[in-house]
Amino acid sequence: MGDIAKLIGKRLGLGLVILLIISIIIFFMVELLPGDVAQAVLGQGATPENLAAMRKQMGLDQPAVVRYFGWLAGALTLDFGNSIVTGKAVMSIIGERFMNTLFLASYAAVIAVPISIILGVIVALLRNSIFDRVANVVTLTSISSPEFFLAYILILYFSIKWGMFPSNAKISDGMSFADLLWRTFLPALTLVLVVVAHMMRMTRASIIALLASPYIEMARLKGTPPWKVIVKHALPNAWAPIINVVALNLAYLITGVVLVEVVFVYPGIGQALVDAVSKRDFPVVQASCLIFAATYILLNLAADVGAILTNPRLRHPK
Amino acid sequence: MSKVNDQVLMDKLAEAARAGKISRRSFMNYSMAAGMTASAATGLWGTSAKAAPTRGGTLRLGAHDGNTSDSHDPGTYVTFSMIQTAHTYRSYLTLIESDGSLGPDIATEWSATPDAAEWTFKINPKASFHSGGKVTANDVIASMNHHRGDASTSAAKALLADVVDLVDNGDNSVTFKLAAGNADLPWLMTDYHLAIIPANADGSANWQSGDGSGPYKMVNANFGIGYSLVRHDGWHLEGAYFDAVDITVLNDPNAMQAALVTGDIDCATQLDLKTLSLLERHPDIEIDNVPSAAAITMPMLCDTAPFDNVDVRNALKLSVDRNELIEKIAYGKATVGNDFHHSPAMPYWPDDIPQREYDPEQAKALLQKAGAEGLTVDLSVADSVFSGAVDMCVLFAEHAKASGITINVIREPNDGYYSDVWLKKPWCAVQWGARPTPDVMYSLAYKDDAAWNESRWQNERFNVLLRQAKSELDDTKRAGMYHEMAMLARDDGGTVIPFFPNFVYARNKKVRHGPNLAASWQMDGARACSRWWFEA
Repeated sequence: MGDIAKLIGKRLGLGLVILLIISIIIFFMVELLPGDVAQAVLGQGATPENLAAMRKQMGLDQPAVVRYFGWLAGALTLDFGNSIVTGKAVMSIIGERFMNTLFLASYAAVIAVPISIILGVIVALLRNSIFDRVANVVTLTSISSPEFFLAYILILYFSIKWGMFPSNAKISDGMSFADLLWRTFLPALTLVLVVVAHMMRMTRASIIALLASPYIEMARLKGTPPWKVIVKHALPNAWAPIINVVALNLAYLITGVVLVEVVFVYPGIGQALVDAVSKRDFPVVQASCLIFAATYILLNLAADVGAILTNPRLRHPK
Repeated sequence: MSKVNDQVLMDKLAEAARAGKISRRSFMNYSMAAGMTASAATGLWGTSAKAAPTRGGTLRLGAHDGNTSDSHDPGTYVTFSMIQTAHTYRSYLTLIESDGSLGPDIATEWSATPDAAEWTFKINPKASFHSGGKVTANDVIASMNHHRGDASTSAAKALLADVVDLVDNGDNSVTFKLAAGNADLPWLMTDYHLAIIPANADGSANWQSGDGSGPYKMVNANFGIGYSLVRHDGWHLEGAYFDAVDITVLNDPNAMQAALVTGDIDCATQLDLKTLSLLERHPDIEIDNVPSAAAITMPMLCDTAPFDNVDVRNALKLSVDRNELIEKIAYGKATVGNDFHHSPAMPYWPDDIPQREYDPEQAKALLQKAGAEGLTVDLSVADSVFSGAVDMCVLFAEHAKASGITINVIREPNDGYYSDVWLKKPWCAVQWGARPTPDVMYSLAYKDDAAWNESRWQNERFNVLLRQAKSELDDTKRAGMYHEMAMLARDDGGTVIPFFPNFVYARNKKVRHGPNLAASWQMDGARACSRWWFEA
């Protein structure tokens, strides 16, 4: 087990280095955005003295490198400074919204991951049957359509025609959990439809690839029933690629939901990021991007570790 | 039957219905005889005829245009959702009534010295803040000073630039001392930035708490997401029929429409015109289409060739079929423009100025006179100016071909359009929000030395009149001056004004309003929450 702790530590360290590089890229990319922040905040009526005072107040009169290290030091303690548009602490703006995004992503993941893996196993079992084809066509169609289109279709049927679920996912503090699930069902369902195909097909493909191996043949010759062959013999060896795809899709659920949030008016971090970019609110943009990057890195790390843990050959390298 | 007679007849019918003198059936018969359609008559019976407001219910309003960076600071109000909310939880010195006239809010009455350089506003003794205290002269002065002074970053700074001093008269009234006479000052007080907020002990304004003296009290503000408010008992004006108001920011037009159709909201502050004809068929939804003072302008820089020649400018003004633009770009929901920036929804509108029509022949003659036949010009535009802006310019270019003019439509980036294109490129398209009076509009964008004189137009007579009219308290003389200024702008100015877009918004038909709707903003001048009510 000591090996694994060392491995996770090594991976974590690597992740931190990547995060550091990303933080540099984010900071200087945002610097490159055209337009003057002070001008954007004060509007066109501002005099040059106004602008100079505002820049000083924002610390923009210092060289970028100095500001970068100041920002990085703050970011390490989760203090991303204050929004330059409203003056509020960045964490107070995006903290709650990030939680909302995490909630929606988990809601979608809790539905999507079991469904896609179970479906993947079933279609692998019934491969080339009608069921397999229908499942493939349906999921491929849903992954090929843009999310906002899927979202509008769902709104049209589930809220306008049948009135089963609300079209806007406005959530508030006092809501009961059941109410919350009901309100956010359509955005979650949209996300489920977008990610299921990828995970399901990966499960199917990796299981089918294993079905040609000699040890599966052996299991069959023993007279093991087909479902048991797949679940007990094939699946354990297929986990590595499946976990990778699942992690990739989870990261997508968190970072790729901007359009879904806009369509369903869900107060997540994507909408806050769009608002901040249009207002040139750099601290908010930088903090959001860094959080997205950290999420990606952490999930990929989890996938790597997961893949290693499920594979004895990787767990005990020679 | 003339329009005026119809209106008189309809008013009488509505009055009779209110008094219960006629039945619904005869009301319908008479209305249809007066030229109304059956559906319009039904609507009138419901909305205005039997108009006895009832109290109660929670109004759920979907507001467009919100941003996470919105705040309680009135100096930074900029999005429509915030403007709508501001008129719900805060009050102003004066307000624009549903019929477009100026009415009292915090101020019960106001008067000026004969040169209009000193204005005194009496404060309503009943006006109180949600936190308890009465609204005093001190609060009014602090609220105004919030936008004044060198340190102020308020967007309303320019509006109060002429205010030299504010005096507390000690009798619950405030006097504004101006550097120069301004007959429009009471109108300026309706500006959405000039909300009345409580004063701190040191004379600064306490905007941070979100306290106000408006019809509804803020319970929960989630900027860019939504606001919940409850009625402020003891509000100083008539109205505030809803027990509570719930405002949701809905930036996506489709989300807005879906929420309205599914009954998730009762009112939508703006609709997508493309799908309006489909929404109009919905049995539970009423659409309000109100001519506004917002405008689409196309300023040509009058000091830059070829626009330095007035004949070229007028040839371009003659080379556009405005009616087709309105029909195809604004889906019929606009009022035709006549190249002077004064809409029928503003006071002093001159109604006898001949409409400029599409006339390629005359345009050709003018170009010949100017020695500019076969003119080629560039027209800059971006998608973000308004929905359909690029299409409008392309259609303009097609119309101008008949006059032998080639217009190259240049699509500029959305980002930075108003800092890199507007006021810099020789000809571009611009959208203007509604302004309360012609003086405000002309001073802002047509005065010779205005920073935003978007066409760099210099006309001596126009500017003399503008200064005179500003301090003229006699309404008839003033209207005469605005008439002459309109003619000058129309025939000499550098701005093509194709149309004034209407405000188009919708409500569930159980939400009722009076016979008129203010044209200063969407939603009855952003005051729907205190003026409208639920059908009993």
